[in-house]
Amino acid sequence: MAQVPVTEGVFTWPSEAPQLIGSRCVACGNHMFPVQSGCPKCTGDKTEQVFLGRRGTLWTWTVQGFPPKAPPYAGDVDPKTFKAFGVGYVELPGQIKVEARLTEADPEKLKIGMEMEMVIVPLSTDASGNEVVTFAFAPVA
Amino acid sequence: MSTEVAIVGIGMHEFGRTEGVTGMEQGVIAVRRACADAGVKWEDVQFAFGGSAAAGAADTMVSQLGLTGLQFINVANGCATGGSALFSAYNTIRSGVFDLGIAIGFDKHERGAFRVDTRGAGLGNWYGASGLALTTQFFGMKINRYMHEYGISHSTLGKVSEKAFRNGSMNPMAWRRKPISEQEALDSLMLSYPLTQYMFCSPGEGGVALILARADKAHLYTDKPIFLDAAVVRSRRFGSFEVLAPSIALEHNAGPTVDSSKAAFEMAGIGPEDIDIAQLQDTEAGAEVMHMAENGFCEHGEQEFMIQAGETEIGGKFPVNTDGGCLANGEPIGASGLRQVYENVLQLRGQAGARQVPNDPKVAYTHVYGAPGISGVTILSR
Repeated sequence: MAQVPVTEGVFTWPSEAPQLIGSRCVACGNHMFPVQSGCPKCTGDKTEQVFLGRRGTLWTWTVQGFPPKAPPYAGDVDPKTFKAFGVGYVELPGQIKVEARLTEADPEKLKIGMEMEMVIVPLSTDASGNEVVTFAFAPVA
Repeated sequence: MSTEVAIVGIGMHEFGRTEGVTGMEQGVIAVRRACADAGVKWEDVQFAFGGSAAAGAADTMVSQLGLTGLQFINVANGCATGGSALFSAYNTIRSGVFDLGIAIGFDKHERGAFRVDTRGAGLGNWYGASGLALTTQFFGMKINRYMHEYGISHSTLGKVSEKAFRNGSMNPMAWRRKPISEQEALDSLMLSYPLTQYMFCSPGEGGVALILARADKAHLYTDKPIFLDAAVVRSRRFGSFEVLAPSIALEHNAGPTVDSSKAAFEMAGIGPEDIDIAQLQDTEAGAEVMHMAENGFCEHGEQEFMIQAGETEIGGKFPVNTDGGCLANGEPIGASGLRQVYENVLQLRGQAGARQVPNDPKVAYTHVYGAPGISGVTILSR
């Protein structure tokens, strides 16, 4: 089954070591995610594309315990088969905190400050039978 | 000096689920009740600001209320829609343009968590498709971090829910009127860790209308005028942690609640220690806890003791969310901020019935917070 990204331009794909694609303000160096043209910090209007770091620490987290509404959600919404998934903000040193799905959904195994690494995870199957993938962060073993 | 402003009439349509009655009709009923409370006729109302998030354009309600030709401006400002309508009405009278007007908020939402319009919120489709476009996740993540930093316990979250449902049981306008225990709140379905089903408010229905007048003419309408000493709305600054954010800056900013609170106290010329009763945004139990500190009523972490000791109960030192808050009333977005003001007017008039606070309140505070990082505060006095 072919894999297709949930969208273009948010993470590098296909890639052995996928990275999130963000912006950096030319004037003040502030990082943004996803890509945007203006800087919310200094109001500057020139930004350049930057690849964000793949590792960081978990700043906060929750667990999505019920199926989100579809649309917009593309994943499984059947209450019988829905699996809870983690959501958190991962602090990428010197850059920014990014929000992402987490591969771990057990509150006992999620700790603020733990090391995390970016991965690509399956989300759904599209009309052509392709596996749609999105980005997530996984605890570093 | 600018003209002072008083609230001279209040009206509300019951919050909750009212089958067969549109959100707009609930707004109309609230307007009629507010006019009756102030003893004014609709044709006496010179201007209106009104809004809903999901129940239509407020100005179309004139076809039911009467085509009097009044100035009617629609307000759409997310969770601060009601607060923004009130802010606008307040400043219209302060500026001297009109003497008597009305602020209206109403709504009717589908069941379940809010369905986020990612495009309307300036977010890519991938965000919602990936399962990140849920406001509930933000609230879980904010209180989880806060509990980690300041030592707030799960028990305290349960106690906030217990208080909300108990207060709601004494409010004939509330949606949830059956008390629940702290343990029931803790044991209910986990929706977004650490928050359970009974710790979250639900999108709902309802309407509120407030009639405002020049303070020097308030005696024409009521013998218990309530003065609006401050009305403030603020958006977020760089570095704050807000709902529906794909990323947040490394540097930290306290957020729009802190900004709007400080501005409101400055406007009213008083401080948090002067407030007798407060209605604080409790989208979920953790929000009430965090907003106590963000609005200046305690230091971060002190809530643990205050709530465990019952200080925020109706009979406590600092009553919070006396009508049951969003937890017991649900959240019809357009009406929610005005419900808080309605409750404070009742409390300041001494007309809150079974849930009347016993501390003879003279100064009252309201606070709303919502997407995409907006906050509104009012200060009322008698």
